[in-house]
Amino acid sequence: MSLEVLAVDDSRTMRDMLNLALSSAGFTAHLAEDGVHGLEVLEDIHPDVIITDINMPRMDGFGFIDAVRAEAKWSRIPILVLTTESADELKAKARAAGATGWIVKPFDPAKLVKALQMVAG
Amino acid sequence: MTDTEKQTGSTSIELLSFRVGGQDYSVDIMSVREIRGSAKATSLPHAPFFVKGVINLRGTVLPIIDLSARLGLQSGEDTERNVIIVVDLGERTAGLMVDAVSDILAIPSEEMQPPPDLAADEAKTFVSALTIVDSRMIRILDLEAVMPPQGEEVA
Amino acid sequence: MSDPMAEIRASFFIECEELLESLQDGLQLMDDGDTDPETINIVFRAVHSIKGGAGAFGLDDLVRFAHRFETAMDEVRAGRFHPDGEAIRLFFACADILGDLVRAARDDDQVDDAVTGPVLEKLDKLVGLEEEEEEVLDFTPATLSLDFGDGLLDLPDLPDLSALPAAASSVEGLPSLDLPADMPALTAEALAETTTKGFTVHFKPENALYASGNEPLYLFRALRDIGDISVTCHCGDLPNLNQLDPDTGHLSWDVTVHTEESEQSVREVFEFVDGLCVLEIKPLTGTAAMIAPASAPVVEKVVEKAVETAAPEAAPIASPQKPPVSIKMVTAPAPTPKPAPVAKLPVDSDDDTLDEAPKDEKSGSFAPIKATGTPTQPRATVRVDLERIDRLVNLVGELVINQAMLSQSVTEAGLPPNSPVSTGLEEFLQLTRDIQESVMMIRAQPIKSLFQRMGRIVRESSASVGKDVRLYTDGENTEVDKTVIERLADPLTHMIRNAVDHGLESTEKRLERGKSREGHVTLTAQHRSGRIVIEVSDDGAGINRERVKQKAIEKELIPADAQLSDSEIDNLLFLPGFSTAAEISNLSGRGVGMDVVKSSIQALGGRISITSHEGEGTTFSISLPLTLAVLDGMVVRVADETLVVPLNAILETLTLTETDLKALGPETHVVQIRGGFVPLLDLGAELGYRKPQDSYVGGIVLLIGQEDGNRAALAVDAIEDQRQVVIKGLEGSYGRIPGIAAATILGDGQIALILDPTDLVGQASGRTRVRQPQHALVG
Repeated sequence: MSLEVLAVDDSRTMRDMLNLALSSAGFTAHLAEDGVHGLEVLEDIHPDVIITDINMPRMDGFGFIDAVRAEAKWSRIPILVLTTESADELKAKARAAGATGWIVKPFDPAKLVKALQMVAG
Repeated sequence: MTDTEKQTGSTSIELLSFRVGGQDYSVDIMSVREIRGSAKATSLPHAPFFVKGVINLRGTVLPIIDLSARLGLQSGEDTERNVIIVVDLGERTAGLMVDAVSDILAIPSEEMQPPPDLAADEAKTFVSALTIVDSRMIRILDLEAVMPPQGEEVA
Repeated sequence: MSDPMAEIRASFFIECEELLESLQDGLQLMDDGDTDPETINIVFRAVHSIKGGAGAFGLDDLVRFAHRFETAMDEVRAGRFHPDGEAIRLFFACADILGDLVRAARDDDQVDDAVTGPVLEKLDKLVGLEEEEEEVLDFTPATLSLDFGDGLLDLPDLPDLSALPAAASSVEGLPSLDLPADMPALTAEALAETTTKGFTVHFKPENALYASGNEPLYLFRALRDIGDISVTCHCGDLPNLNQLDPDTGHLSWDVTVHTEESEQSVREVFEFVDGLCVLEIKPLTGTAAMIAPASAPVVEKVVEKAVETAAPEAAPIASPQKPPVSIKMVTAPAPTPKPAPVAKLPVDSDDDTLDEAPKDEKSGSFAPIKATGTPTQPRATVRVDLERIDRLVNLVGELVINQAMLSQSVTEAGLPPNSPVSTGLEEFLQLTRDIQESVMMIRAQPIKSLFQRMGRIVRESSASVGKDVRLYTDGENTEVDKTVIERLADPLTHMIRNAVDHGLESTEKRLERGKSREGHVTLTAQHRSGRIVIEVSDDGAGINRERVKQKAIEKELIPADAQLSDSEIDNLLFLPGFSTAAEISNLSGRGVGMDVVKSSIQALGGRISITSHEGEGTTFSISLPLTLAVLDGMVVRVADETLVVPLNAILETLTLTETDLKALGPETHVVQIRGGFVPLLDLGAELGYRKPQDSYVGGIVLLIGQEDGNRAALAVDAIEDQRQVVIKGLEGSYGRIPGIAAATILGDGQIALILDPTDLVGQASGRTRVRQPQHALVG
């Protein structure tokens, strides 16, 4: 039940929060600052699930999802998108990009955990 | 602490008593940080007459107040044999130069008396209370009042 | 350990400052004509990130404002709005308010709606957006708490499935699943209780569902968190194995959920797959509903099914690079709710939460990010409590003093200068200085943040006086001690305001004089010979010296017949009481509180000077020591006292001869140095240590040079040494002493006072000013 999670967000505060929420839930959190960094981290670990922000420098969330989905060894990893946008518009965007689900910021840790369980057990 | 209070039925205050200019004074022992021998002070320009200067107290600059001068008393004899009582007043620390340290006294608080209003004595403003020990009158020093004014230029 | 949320909150506000900085940078670039989408993106992202964090901490005011600002920036980003100069000025104003809101939130303060309201209104009007109150409210900040509530981590009690015959590896177990009656939950009592509460869910995933990374098994597990479930799998659509397309799903399910929850919560489980599957949710109607609608042929093709159940993972199966996730899925034969894996799960989770949680707390939690990587981008930094640095700074200061004492003992012991001890000590000295320098570097930070704050001052003050003003900055990356930066904010603000209000002419006057409509204020910082020099200049009218002098005479600051050089007139502005705010408005000079500015700069061990050219503008120059902790000084003796004179104030030392020394008045002397005359000051007398000497012939004087070019000769009794001293402030323990900057502890343990030559000379020459030889001061 202890999931390994890769969380990608350019905001340090958001990373800190994700780290806190994930580790408090007994998950193992790996953190990355943007898409490029996320891909680097993926070379070393194989998370059960990925959480990513959309708007990031260097490589944004959509680019990151594309890159993850393009790689056969990662293509099945569930990806949750972190967003502040309202659901409908986002659903379409996230899905088109290849995301598995989404979490609306600011997230409630309980909902985060629930969402993770919905996509990765 | 609370036990003893119950036994005696009152609180008492511990005082460090000392002699300065031939008189007995004291300060609350809680504000005393240490007692040390006199050292050559570096004089400060434009300082009030009762500020002896500053000394090095383990790396910090400690202002020294010549208490007998401050209280308008007869200045003590040989300053080399003086004692410095280092007192702490919240943010500020200073050294009080006195003739000699006498004793540590525990005085029940009800035995403290306010200084009489009549005294036209200059030193009176520096005394916050009085008490009698072994038929000697001990003055309790108002430390705040003794300190040199701060924050403004002492020019 | 301290509260992790409080720590994140504190770190959020630090991050905000960084974001505000890049926001300002980005806007500046846009203002300079940069239209790079990434620049706009940086601006957008900064606002967006502040909003995101603020939302997490329930900082509603900040969220609301950031949201509107973000919306406007999004318009720019999307290319729907092209900002002009005016728009960018408004964005700057928004950035300033955003900064205010951040700081207000940090300090539990408030920003008046009267400040934010008009700006927001303008913003919406400008960008052509209506107020989207609704959406704003829609963004409900959820305060992050770590209470995971019930039933999230501790999964609800599940029926004990261990009694079931099916084992994980046994394909024979599969068929039995189709019989809901086998589920222990469906005891007579359970049925009685739940008959009318619950839903039937028909669920048929489309291929896209698998492609999106979703997984039916997890959805069923999530359903199980809502209530007891029974699942029937329909595999009638399964093709033969040789026809099986691994990327196509062929299964559908019917799930019965017994729950008190609403249909909405059932629907939420399928939120991520909405539109990627056929989903029908119907309320349960009586016990009949309990019998699953399933009756499709399930039992044949058992072998095929074993493969098919893994269909969503089929691709990985075929691939040698199969990731662990898939492996896990395969061993737990996938979507079909086979009892074994289902039964295992809750047990797992219980075990995990009991056994592993503490472990995770140790390794995870706030121990910084796992080893998976420091970013390869900007240089790595560590955040350290300032108190720790200051302790280190103090300790190194002690080390320097200790080292000096040791040197003195060695000298007193009579060891020759080239003995091993002396050489070793020399190296020790060098090392100590290196350490000290490195430690000081820790406290240094770029002055940029301060400069950005000044940008705002220019914008606000220019708007209030109706002038067009542009701020140019240079040397933003100059590193300055953190405390210096903090304490420079007030004086610099004052100077910038003065430059805008009084330094620059009105727009009409500028045009009249053939100047650009836009006034320029320039702020620069640079390292110059061991000090930091900060200059504030304007291209205004320059100081009106006639008016200034007149004013000083009216205020009786100088005698009516005083003959003053230009630089002396300029320096009148620094005199206390020269002018007040009320009087300055119709005076084309300056002077609002410049005496206050001067004393704050002096308190930092700095100097301030003015140069002004009529019609061209005025420059204020502040020179500051690199650090507040050490100083190179000359140790001198006067009247039996030891004093330290800052080395950078000393131009030269000389011995007075009879011809150098000229009596001026009854009480004053001047020293003739290479054709110029310099006032002579007796240091001992100036400090009140002694009466003026009978004769200074043969005496030693230090020639002191000041920022404003004025000089003075200080008579001392002897020069003892030249060394680095650690500065010990006097203000904390005693108070400010005129003419004295600070104290230090010398090698013998004695305290020596450090002179403030400018202050000393200023005080002294103040009394003898009219008697000073004028031509000596011009040079």
